Amino acid sequence: MATAARKTAPKPSSAKSRSPAKPSSTAGGTPAVRTPKPEEFKQEQELSAYRDMLLIRRFEEKAGQLYGMGLIGGFCHLYIGQEAVVVGMQMALKEGDQVITGYRDHGHMLATGMDPRGVMAELTGRRGGYSKGKGGSMHMFSKEKNFYGGHGIVGAQVPLGTGLALANRYRGNDSVSLTYFGDGAANQGQVYESFNMASLWKLPVVYVIENNRYAMGTSVSRSSAETDFSHRGLSFKIPGIQVDGMDVRAVKAAGDLAVDWCRSGKGPIILEMQTYRYRGHSMSDPAKYRSKDEVQKMRSEHDPIEQVKKRLLDKKWASEDDLKAEDKRVREIVADAADFAQADPEPDVSELYTDILL
Amino acid sequence: MPTEILMPALSPTMEEGNLAKWLKKEGDAVAPGDVIAEIETDKATMEVEAIDEGKIGRILIGEGTEGVKVNTPIALLLADGESEEDLSKAPVSAPPAAAQAPAEEPAAQKVEETPKPAAVPKAEAPALPADPDIPEGTEMVPTTVREALRDAMAEEMRRDEDVFVMGEEVAEYQGAYKVTQGLLQEFGDKRVVDTPITEHGFAGVGIGAAFAGLKPIVEFMTFNFAMQAMDQLVNSAAKTLYMAGGQMGAPIVFRGPNGAAARVAAQHSQDYAAWYGHIPGLKVVMPYTAADAKGLLKAAIRDPNPVIFLENEILYGQTFDVPQLDDFVLPIGKARIHKAGKDATIVSFGIGMTYAVKAEEELRGMGLDVEIIDLRTIRPMDLDTVIESVKKTNRLVTVEEGFPQSSVGDHIAAQVMQRAFDYLDAPVITVAGKDVPMPYAANLEKLALPSVAEVVEAVKAVTYRG
Repeated sequence: MATAARKTAPKPSSAKSRSPAKPSSTAGGTPAVRTPKPEEFKQEQELSAYRDMLLIRRFEEKAGQLYGMGLIGGFCHLYIGQEAVVVGMQMALKEGDQVITGYRDHGHMLATGMDPRGVMAELTGRRGGYSKGKGGSMHMFSKEKNFYGGHGIVGAQVPLGTGLALANRYRGNDSVSLTYFGDGAANQGQVYESFNMASLWKLPVVYVIENNRYAMGTSVSRSSAETDFSHRGLSFKIPGIQVDGMDVRAVKAAGDLAVDWCRSGKGPIILEMQTYRYRGHSMSDPAKYRSKDEVQKMRSEHDPIEQVKKRLLDKKWASEDDLKAEDKRVREIVADAADFAQADPEPDVSELYTDILL
Repeated sequence: MPTEILMPALSPTMEEGNLAKWLKKEGDAVAPGDVIAEIETDKATMEVEAIDEGKIGRILIGEGTEGVKVNTPIALLLADGESEEDLSKAPVSAPPAAAQAPAEEPAAQKVEETPKPAAVPKAEAPALPADPDIPEGTEMVPTTVREALRDAMAEEMRRDEDVFVMGEEVAEYQGAYKVTQGLLQEFGDKRVVDTPITEHGFAGVGIGAAFAGLKPIVEFMTFNFAMQAMDQLVNSAAKTLYMAGGQMGAPIVFRGPNGAAARVAAQHSQDYAAWYGHIPGLKVVMPYTAADAKGLLKAAIRDPNPVIFLENEILYGQTFDVPQLDDFVLPIGKARIHKAGKDATIVSFGIGMTYAVKAEEELRGMGLDVEIIDLRTIRPMDLDTVIESVKKTNRLVTVEEGFPQSSVGDHIAAQVMQRAFDYLDAPVITVAGKDVPMPYAANLEKLALPSVAEVVEAVKAVTYRG
């Protein structure tokens, strides 16, 4: 057996060719975990991923448009380019699992199945919004969909998400907390305070680091001494893997692995999603810190939606017309949400003083 | 019909901008995401991306035009199947505000309907129950504040499985100040959780658990260390219910010793009553007696809101009578008249009460009948009880250990001035800690804190007993 195992163990070079990322280090007794191969999707999985990612893309484009028209105020952080991360991760979850994130949150909300009307109406600050218009782009919640926000202070959602995991363990259920944060938040102290407790107490939390390469305008290499974010848990014996966050199948496979890891009582795990945001940090960001070529290259070579589209067409699982029809349906959903968000009245003035205390 | 491409707003405050450059010309095909123009705002040059697929039919605002108002049509986009002929159908003459109309309409209505500031709906003050009657013959048990707090936690933990305690040294060490003594033995390490020294982190973990419906009691070894967690307390615990439109909040208690202890210097000697009292979405409790500590901590644990429960190390060892009742719960937000009187009112809370009580004894010797109000809760504040008292005594002194600027006393003085100006026979005097970091030297520390003599002098001043 031992000989056989040695024979079949892949050499480093073949391991590299199998997966885009290095296996996690085992320094300090951290369990070794390898990036799994992208899952081979069935037709309905590809179609559903296509639909879900397209909804986020079109929704965000519309949000950008409404912002430009002055209908959305304040800060508005679009998720365009990163769609595969939330859609792939959501495919790995089951009922009862919780999701929490920062302020680039529209994609997460739509992925958890929150109503586009309610999300868009919150963006326009109307009474039909998820927070009755009192939260805005960065602050929405849904108990029903187990979405715990929508947090505006960089990194603050990480202890909160860890607390959701603590509640799961306290109650003895097998739910997992999916705690998203960015490469920027990964440099906040409270993230490591959370890592320590989560590992110490073996809490069922998946830390999903969405590395979109820029913390606002500061590139990862200019802000981070260790740019391999999958290693950020090593001091706490939390394993991590790097995942191609532009490939929804790779995300799904990593999500399955991570969620299983947590459910089986092994404690937290880190997934570094290597992704990219096409738009500026917020609507008022001219994005001068990167070249147009860089953005264009990502869009043309790695776009998460185009990848799925190509596979659907190549495998003849859908025709151009089918996808056009799908696109039309998605546009209709988004247009309906935008119409609702513009027609819905602002909150009643009496709402000023409600929901402060129970 | 061709689609109008409008001058976009590119920042929260932008009203107009310059059309710096067209990157597409008439007749060019565009796809969503293509950069079509550059706009200069006062802050930066921004790119405008196409939102829809189509062909640029006509450019309406030429390159180099300055001061283009947001929402002005800048170009017409022809969709698949549309031709130049369709351009005439475009509502070019439509005022640029048309696209904004839906937003403006409710806003305009609001201008008409929004009542004048004075008529903005006020938060309704909930009717609070009075303290529960203590039946005649109830045994009064001399209890330290420390024991009362422990008993409150133990009783609530027996009553509700969702209640648990977490903090530094709360379990095996039995509490840095022995407030959690015995809890680990009764409830086990699932419900009495020792945390690492990581205030910011464990405050957030507690709040997350509360979002999920548990009812954590988070102990800070002292509130000085809660400064590390201030963001979680204010931004996550206090504001989530509002930001979530009432969907989700944090039923959590943050408790621990607050204020100056003895000879521990500036970083370990600060009163946070005014800090937390400032924040909507929090309740802030600061008891003096053991009975109040017990009844109010039980109420805080049951409260569905985040409650900041400010204790005091010096008070932990003081003994007061506590009624021996199965379930002694006091209302948060209700002041207690510690001693009735008619000549002047002293309002205090927490350890400030120790100065008030001793000053009152001295003043009694001088023939003054002073009323003492123990606020007990800083937020929501029972100003009605204070105002009623001032209407009777016409004189007010506030006492606290916190810094003087923007103190709790300042707020009370302002409210009394606004609501009972005609009843005041003397300016309100606010006795507070001195406006200095807490010194270490014994003599200086004593000077930095309020004193009984200062309270006596203040009451003499407001009653004109030179």
